[in-house]
Amino acid sequence: MEMPVPNANVVSRKARLVERLRDVLPSDAVIDDEFETRAYECDALTAYRCPPLCVVLPRTTEEVSAVLKICSDMGVPVVPRGAGTSLAGGALPTADSVILGVARMNDVLETNYDDRYIKVQTGRTNLSVTGAVEADDFFYAPDPSSQLACAIAGNIAMNSGGAHCLKYGVTTNNLLGVKMVLMDGTVVEVGGAHLDASGYDLLGLICGSEGQLGVVTEATLRILRKPEGARPVLMGFNSNEVAGACVSDIIKAGVLPVAIEFMDRPVIRATDAFSGAGYPDCEALLIVEVEGSEAEIDEQLGVILQIARKHDPVELRESKSAEESAKIWLGRKSAFGAMGQINDYMCLDGTIPVSSLPFVLKRIGELSQDYGLDVGNVFHAGDGNMHPLILFDANKPGDLERCEAMGADILRLCVEAGGCLTGEHGVGIEKRDLMVDQFTPEDLDIQMKVKDVFDPSWLLNPAKVFPLKSSETRRAA
Amino acid sequence: MLEPTSEADLADIIRRASEPLNIRGGGTRGISAPSGQVLSTRSLSGIELYEPGALTLVAKAGTPMSEIETALASENQRLPFEPMDHRAVLGTDGVPTIGGVVAANVSGPRRIQVGACRDSLIGVRFVDGQGTVLKNGGRVMKNVTGYDLVKLMAGSYGTLGVLSEVAFKVLPGVGASATLTLRGLPVPQAVQAMSAALGSPFEVSGAAHDPARQETYLRLEGFADSVEYRARMLTEQLASFAKADVISDPDLSAATWKKIRDVEPFTGADGDVWRISVKPSDTPQVVNRLSDAQCLLDWGGGLIWVLAPTSTDVRATLAGIPGHATLVRGASTVRFHPEAPTIAALSATLREKFDPRAILNTGLMGVATPAAA
Ligand SMILES: Cc1cc2nc3c(=O)[nH]c(=O)nc-3n(C[C@H](O)[C@H](O)[C@H](O)COP(=O)(O)OP(=O)(O)OC[C@H]3O[C@@H](n4cnc5c(N)ncnc54)[C@H](O)[C@@H]3O)c2cc1C
Repeated sequence: MEMPVPNANVVSRKARLVERLRDVLPSDAVIDDEFETRAYECDALTAYRCPPLCVVLPRTTEEVSAVLKICSDMGVPVVPRGAGTSLAGGALPTADSVILGVARMNDVLETNYDDRYIKVQTGRTNLSVTGAVEADDFFYAPDPSSQLACAIAGNIAMNSGGAHCLKYGVTTNNLLGVKMVLMDGTVVEVGGAHLDASGYDLLGLICGSEGQLGVVTEATLRILRKPEGARPVLMGFNSNEVAGACVSDIIKAGVLPVAIEFMDRPVIRATDAFSGAGYPDCEALLIVEVEGSEAEIDEQLGVILQIARKHDPVELRESKSAEESAKIWLGRKSAFGAMGQINDYMCLDGTIPVSSLPFVLKRIGELSQDYGLDVGNVFHAGDGNMHPLILFDANKPGDLERCEAMGADILRLCVEAGGCLTGEHGVGIEKRDLMVDQFTPEDLDIQMKVKDVFDPSWLLNPAKVFPLKSSETRRAA
Repeated sequence: MLEPTSEADLADIIRRASEPLNIRGGGTRGISAPSGQVLSTRSLSGIELYEPGALTLVAKAGTPMSEIETALASENQRLPFEPMDHRAVLGTDGVPTIGGVVAANVSGPRRIQVGACRDSLIGVRFVDGQGTVLKNGGRVMKNVTGYDLVKLMAGSYGTLGVLSEVAFKVLPGVGASATLTLRGLPVPQAVQAMSAALGSPFEVSGAAHDPARQETYLRLEGFADSVEYRARMLTEQLASFAKADVISDPDLSAATWKKIRDVEPFTGADGDVWRISVKPSDTPQVVNRLSDAQCLLDWGGGLIWVLAPTSTDVRATLAGIPGHATLVRGASTVRFHPEAPTIAALSATLREKFDPRAILNTGLMGVATPAAA
């Protein structure tokens, strides 16, 4: 992956920069030791690594503002970082950048059950937001699989989704307000506990902007009362087409499950061997989960099972207990881990219209043959967000490149089918150069103009999202 | 009046325009630019794609709302956010368009459960102030590819571009519906009752209060047995506030919510109409300060519709309370709530980027708080 040539002028002034940062931060909040900065050289897209100039770990919005003022003044690029679980290289440093990590900013600032929101510092992990309100029977809905580790900061930057977003929406649908620091150090408040903007929806613009518009330090999040109960059902089918048709029929019948997850044979086999979930050996497997009281669950599952039976399932397994529910989810939740046991893998994230599922799966199978690389598919079927996992061997010369070429072909296929390059992981560096396959130069230019407004000197996370060629003149200015 | 018949035509008109344009969908929403040559989207009309099994619908911006609603109803689906019809309360006529709904981010009672118009909007095509055709988002409901201009376009009232096509995530229709009515609660208790209901696990899809009648309404939707069960549970839970009457007749229940959605109590009455958004627990204080006005509460109390004597400074009642007030019907040209100087400056610069010649709905939106002046 091509990255811009580090600015030699910035690199040469490292000592002065560190000195200035130490003036405004406690000494333990500035890391410039070459060994220690290595801990920040990559995110979860581990194929790409580059240690930053230095790392700062502020504890307050004021400290963030002071850091950005200095970096802005000295023309130093800044890469915001939450927990570093991005799969797109969104938090990958450049050699001339400061990593601004918000991990130490993890306080709960306010909880309000009457108005149903929680206000947190953005370094707080996703799961611990729910953790803060769980005892009172509330939860924060977006639930990325990485929720134990990932921070609200990264969730907002990537507009992350989760298994239950079919019903509850993704981050942007659950975000009410932010406090954000612009690159010049200005602190802005956007939104709040009330609904909707009085003018332009800047909050909607900030969510999903991949750390390129400002550093988000506080967030007001919508919390919901927990449902009375939830229960999954597992269904096995003899072909991907049939499973896809079943998904479509369930949706058309007017039931809205909270989750519809899909796994194909390679993933079913791998996860079963890894987790002992006891999955049937079949072509395609669906996990459908519904919520409500016992009676409501029975009623909804009744409708769903009736539809499933029309599609000749090889297995229908309704959970009878919490243990059985956990077992049904066990394989799905360990899918990435299971595939990782077999080999290195690259996880794609394109979305397609649900109707083109059979076609796209078939084409992915053909591409797998052509490239000689195995692919497993596990994804959120209700919304068409695919996660093809391409297996490769990082130690085998040429394998990573082949894998990337195949990944690019799959993502182009998603776009051709009427979908998009990324449904929830973000563009980062990974899909940056494919943006031209989805957008016209004008479509990209208007987005870059938005960055011009918030960060005129293009110092915040500059080498991400946009093809380097498209952003070249702006970054050089 | 300019009336493009295709997106290319629209782009051409804007490119050639040398004076401000007044962008109009159906012209029913009451908020428009003070001047400019009228550019109507009504001939950019028609549903382009509707896939019930994928819960997606794509339509040209000038498509009448009635056409969209009919198409969805034929598959027992709906736009989740329940957009209101402004005609009665504003005394406007015309044919409301889907583009107008998006431009004004129009969202009704169900907004508290499923989000606003912007939350269901998944893609837009539009023409910016230079006459360039642009797209953002698409037709799939999970999409984080590039910046989310879809949200930005929703509620930007045609000041950033003229919408030519909009795409939505839709939802299955309701099945059964019931409305619980609690009588005799003053505003503070009504807001508490609505908060209790919305904080329950019973999936309340509407929570409104009419202070004039001292009636609080709570809506439940879904499968029949489930609605009945939840109505029973909620009645029990709210017993300490008031005894609830349950309307389970679907037509009666629907009529109640249409009244609230379209602010029917204000129809035909004199005065200015305002819309205030605050967090529900601040609402009693705001209503208290509005002693000369009539109010109607929706969104669990978070949305206050206000009918105030002409030229009342309703915004003054928000002193010290976070939120905003929009003048929906009235003489003043300051329709939108003034914004903090930094936010207003960012918004103004954005607008310059999208419309450098300042020809799209010139004079509409974009006011900073006096501190900026
Ligand atoms: C095993 C695994 C499973 C995953 N499952 C899912 C899933 O189900 N759904 C999903 O959506 N994602 C998933 N992800 C991807 C990842 O967890 C999400 O993108 C997550 O939101 C990243 O959060 P983070 O705190 O780790 O962010 P980082 O990786 O630290 O950063 C991500 C981006 O956010 C920016 N950023 C960080 N902090 C700030 C800030 N304060 N202000 C502005 N910008 C900032 C960074 O610059 C970067 O561009 C998964 C990842 C892994 C490894």
